Amino acid sequence: MNQLKRIMGIVWMIIAPVIIYFLVSGAVHNISSTGTKDINKPIPWIIIITIFTPIAIGLMIFGYYSLKGEFDKLPESSDELL
Amino acid sequence: MNGHSTKGIGKVIFSSSLGTLIEWYDFYIFGMLAKVISVQFFPDGNETAALLSTLAIFAAGFLVRPFGALVFGRLGDLIGRKYTFLLTLVLMGGSTFLIGLVPSYKAIGMAAPLLVLLLRLIQGLALGGEYGGAATYVAEHAPEGRRGYFTAWIQTTATLGLFVALGVIMLVKNNMSDAAFTAEWGGWRYPFWISILLVGVSIYIRLKMNESPVFAKLKAEKKTSVNPLKESFGHKANFKMVLLALFGAVMGQGVIWYTGQFYAQSFLENTVKIEFMQNREILLWAIGLATPFFLVFGALSDKIGRKWIMLTGMLLGVIFYRPIFGKLLKDSDAKEWMTKNEGMRYVEISGQKNPLIKTDTVKRNNETLQIIHTKGIWQLSEGIRFTETYADTTGQGIDGFSSWISKDKKHVYSDKILTSGLKWKFIGLIWIMIIFVTMVYGPVAAFLVELFPTKIRYTSMSLPYHIGNGVFGGLVPFIATLLSTTFTSDPLVGLWYPIGVAALCFVIGALYLNNKIDKNIND
Repeated sequence: MNQLKRIMGIVWMIIAPVIIYFLVSGAVHNISSTGTKDINKPIPWIIIITIFTPIAIGLMIFGYYSLKGEFDKLPESSDELL
Repeated sequence: MNGHSTKGIGKVIFSSSLGTLIEWYDFYIFGMLAKVISVQFFPDGNETAALLSTLAIFAAGFLVRPFGALVFGRLGDLIGRKYTFLLTLVLMGGSTFLIGLVPSYKAIGMAAPLLVLLLRLIQGLALGGEYGGAATYVAEHAPEGRRGYFTAWIQTTATLGLFVALGVIMLVKNNMSDAAFTAEWGGWRYPFWISILLVGVSIYIRLKMNESPVFAKLKAEKKTSVNPLKESFGHKANFKMVLLALFGAVMGQGVIWYTGQFYAQSFLENTVKIEFMQNREILLWAIGLATPFFLVFGALSDKIGRKWIMLTGMLLGVIFYRPIFGKLLKDSDAKEWMTKNEGMRYVEISGQKNPLIKTDTVKRNNETLQIIHTKGIWQLSEGIRFTETYADTTGQGIDGFSSWISKDKKHVYSDKILTSGLKWKFIGLIWIMIIFVTMVYGPVAAFLVELFPTKIRYTSMSLPYHIGNGVFGGLVPFIATLLSTTFTSDPLVGLWYPIGVAALCFVIGALYLNNKIDKNIND
């Protein structure tokens, strides 16, 4: 199981930049002055990309920790977290 | 609360849940009355007002809620749970009441949308701080072995808040004409004003409560955190658990929650096009009948662990969303009703069959086009009723003499009123999706509380929760529109976002989460 967790860490690290790429390309394709939907306005995209970039980086860090075996054993008590 | 004693827990649950329910109610009514709010404060044709409207919708949910989680989470770990979630209640109730008092754009110009935006952002901020406090407060009072059951009461509030908001709006709307409801100082403001009464009662009750015994002990021993933000997200060991909570549990929980309760409602209204009141009735029944299951799954999680109940809820969503939404669409197909029903009856409008509503004439590439709009209301023998709006674009030859030729016929079927049998079938389908919500949402408070230490619990659990619910969940309609605009042939294509996120979360949760219940949350 621990081996699988580590291998999957690579997957999470790859998914993160892919998400950002799709968001940015989605913004480029859909922002339009003639459109009337929310996906055609720049503000929602700016907000979503701003909030999603750190989340995607978080997924990358999660993948990195996973790859390094940091999740092989979860803490048993709060003392291990502080 | 020590050991296994449940003395006084009912009061703790009631006072915490009531406030949280009211906060959800306050947050929802803005969204549910978005159309009339838009007319009153964000008029069409004004670009700045449109920008402020977009900010009010997106910034409140996506940016301000997680920010509120950080601000009030920090405060809750520094000064205590009781005063922090009392403050969030005051902010939420006050801003909701004030939204109901803001004069319209017509009366005070740009000040109106600016004030509404500001108050909406305060609402988002307050909501970001409320949940973590209430869940932590109840969990820290709950006896060992029953934490899942007692915190599940807090979990019911997000759904019951929706129930109350729907009920209050329906009640007000039913007792006045549409014009009276949507007028400048009309009925749409009443749900906002009602909030101040509810909040007043809740504040009174919360003021009488004591601080959480676990936090009070920590404070007495001077062991509270000095810098909760740094300890939560700066210490690698705890930060790892924040990431695990987000990607292995609340990310999937957020999309299941949003899809089952909100996307389903919007799908029935905008895609299936069920009549307004019947749509609300379907949702109210489904929510009412499913809500007790939050407690069932909360209690079950005390016996068998939190992990697999939450993950099963996600997996069921992944498997059944497309079949369920597909069934809703298929069973309400007006074209199929028309071909199957011999006894179809036309209900006349103004004594005329297929009355012409209007004709638009446009010129394009030396060609004259006429768009003819007609409308009809149909009643089927079995009791189904719906409106058919028919637009036919016809073109006239370049010579100006040739006859009009039909070029593009568009039929829209709306305001569908289902038979009692079909309505109950729809209630059943929505109920199933809310059961998935109860599975992922019922045990999640206990799961999050047990994951983090007391001194930084409020901060550590609030942020992933609001990213999961506010960001991942809140993005469902936006991504659904994006997908349906890109892939137009599949009306259910928008579901791939919640399905994808829930599937990803299921895999991460199944691989990395522990099913062990942490009995001691006093450390």
